[in-house]
Amino acid sequence: MSHSAVKPTPASPTPEGGHLLEVRDLHVEFRTGEGVARVINGVSYHLDAGETLAVLGESGSGKSVTAQAIMGILDTPPANVRSGQILYRGRDLLGQSEEQRRQVRGKEIAMIFQDALSALNPVFPVGWQIGETLRHREGMSRGDARARTVELMDLVRIPAAASRLGDYPHQFSGGMRQRVMIAMALALNPKVLIADEPTTALDVTVQAQIMDLLADLRRDLDMAMILITHDLGVVAGVADRIAVMYAGRIVEHADVHSLYRAPAHPYTKGLLESIPRLDVRGQALSTIRGLPPNLMRIPSGCPFHPRCPYVQQVCVDVVPHDLVLGDGRTSACHFAQEVCDDSAR
Amino acid sequence: MTAPASPAKVRGETILAVDNLVKHFPITQGVLFQRQVGAVRAVDGVSFELRRGETLGVVGESGCGKSTLARLLMRLETPTSGRATLEGNDLFRSSGAELRRLRRNMQMVMQDPYTSLNPRMTVGAIIGEPFDIHPDAAPKGSKRKRVQELLDVVGLNPEHINRYPHQFSGGQRQRIGIARALALRPEIIVCDEPVSALDVSIQAQVINLLEQLQDEFGLSYIFIAHDLSVVRHIADRVAVMYLGKIVEIGTEDEIYERATHPYTQALLSAVPVPDPDARDDRTMIRLTGDVPSPADPPSGCRFRTRCWKAQEVCAREEPHPVPRAADPHPSACHFAELRPTTT
Repeated sequence: MSHSAVKPTPASPTPEGGHLLEVRDLHVEFRTGEGVARVINGVSYHLDAGETLAVLGESGSGKSVTAQAIMGILDTPPANVRSGQILYRGRDLLGQSEEQRRQVRGKEIAMIFQDALSALNPVFPVGWQIGETLRHREGMSRGDARARTVELMDLVRIPAAASRLGDYPHQFSGGMRQRVMIAMALALNPKVLIADEPTTALDVTVQAQIMDLLADLRRDLDMAMILITHDLGVVAGVADRIAVMYAGRIVEHADVHSLYRAPAHPYTKGLLESIPRLDVRGQALSTIRGLPPNLMRIPSGCPFHPRCPYVQQVCVDVVPHDLVLGDGRTSACHFAQEVCDDSAR
Repeated sequence: MTAPASPAKVRGETILAVDNLVKHFPITQGVLFQRQVGAVRAVDGVSFELRRGETLGVVGESGCGKSTLARLLMRLETPTSGRATLEGNDLFRSSGAELRRLRRNMQMVMQDPYTSLNPRMTVGAIIGEPFDIHPDAAPKGSKRKRVQELLDVVGLNPEHINRYPHQFSGGQRQRIGIARALALRPEIIVCDEPVSALDVSIQAQVINLLEQLQDEFGLSYIFIAHDLSVVRHIADRVAVMYLGKIVEIGTEDEIYERATHPYTQALLSAVPVPDPDARDDRTMIRLTGDVPSPADPPSGCRFRTRCWKAQEVCAREEPHPVPRAADPHPSACHFAELRPTTT
């Protein structure tokens, strides 16, 4: 297998020559009683119209915080966006007023969350909650909002939508609640949908239904999607490109086929080798040694060096920059080419 | 530590036999005079055998009764009916000293390493607690040494014996839970979703530890999980549960390569495979609808409301897990047949 024989991802036309959404060198820290946690340390990624970008990482890697920074829903304090830019259609969201950001939120960029039960308000019927956005933001009358709500619930394939408007979140199953939240996110026709672990709390058969639904909606409504997940299987099913995060950095960025064929960062390689696979019979799992770093004391040089099998002195001393490997893929590893060649073997 | 196996114990013989196990949770109405108006049939007639030294995987979606099954086996719940024999002793009819002796032979690792360890106890006290209940398991004065041995066995630093659970990461806490389960040198460990709360890179470490301990001590595992990939990796035999019943049971190969029950086939096809090139090659079975309520399960075959093969006979007659013509392992489907390509 060779990583060079890769179908290029179809490039979508980008508005005004730039990217639809671009995060540039974002730094976010959290001030806590015990010290400062450097949660995001120079994250850059972009999203073009009509594509699906997967942001992959384990807990604490900063994948959700980046999304929350894009949405402008970080609690500040304790969070503090130290530097960076978040460009939507060329305008920096971080420089905008709260009112300007409110106009972007929901209408341009919308987000769905992992846990629908806690994201929905338990004391209001779901029809009312979906319609709330329409009444407040679009100034719709209650009757119009109601009609549009039924349309939205049909769109996310909730059976007998009209008769379920008055039901409360607890009367829905986990998968149906997730659909309600997707309907809320779609209410204002956003151009970008950020899905933060949308299926983690769901059973596998329901997960498959929701992932299908998201892929269909993304295509039919011509949205771009950022899928935040820790599940390498889910990513392989829907993503065009992947950004792998570790300790608040993007350590590898590639199109989905190249990355699975030949990962070019030791962390990605380790992850792919450590998951049991349904289609491959059991052999001993290789593991990544050690633990993810404490974000208050991120290791010097490459943050992955204490766990890395390729570690050399240079990794302890020097922070690796993104190495470009062709096909537009990058890896933040001093030995990226070597790792990539090893994986391809 | 020395392995507890004595020469009389043969690998592969049946160590635990479960026969028609039932657990119904009553649904009551009324405040003062509570009448029973129904029952949640969490486990509804489950039979299987566990052999010495093997891992039996139990898979199914939430609400299928797999955790209730674990709790029943640990006697944390009292069964409504059914029998279980552990090395010839009746598990559900024993009490007092005999029950204590049986329990010593069967331990449990819980799902959530954050809530299953008492935050006010040191690691030494947590792992050593079984020795307080069974003083004969560790000779007087040797408790601390035994706890340190156990920490070493599960890959933790024995010097951390005086630390508290919050000073450990999720994976390390799960190791503490495993050390606690190993303390009395049981022959069976029931693992209820032992890795589902852990990050991917940590999950593999704990799975490897469980496999290594099994080889070292000749343990038998009942490994309950919703992740079919993990179960395929670790299990020798697999039972698939749906709404309180085992719908299919067989060797790892029989379930993953030659499944004949439609539910198993649908479950397998829904598992995401980490290979983008396989995206278009796999034929997916997409189930519609949700799992029915276990308080009011469908008549006949419980899967029929979501099954694409359902016929009139499925509503009338309950299929039993018996060997089928398509493949000789037990499958509870009237129309059991192989799928051209399952995985």
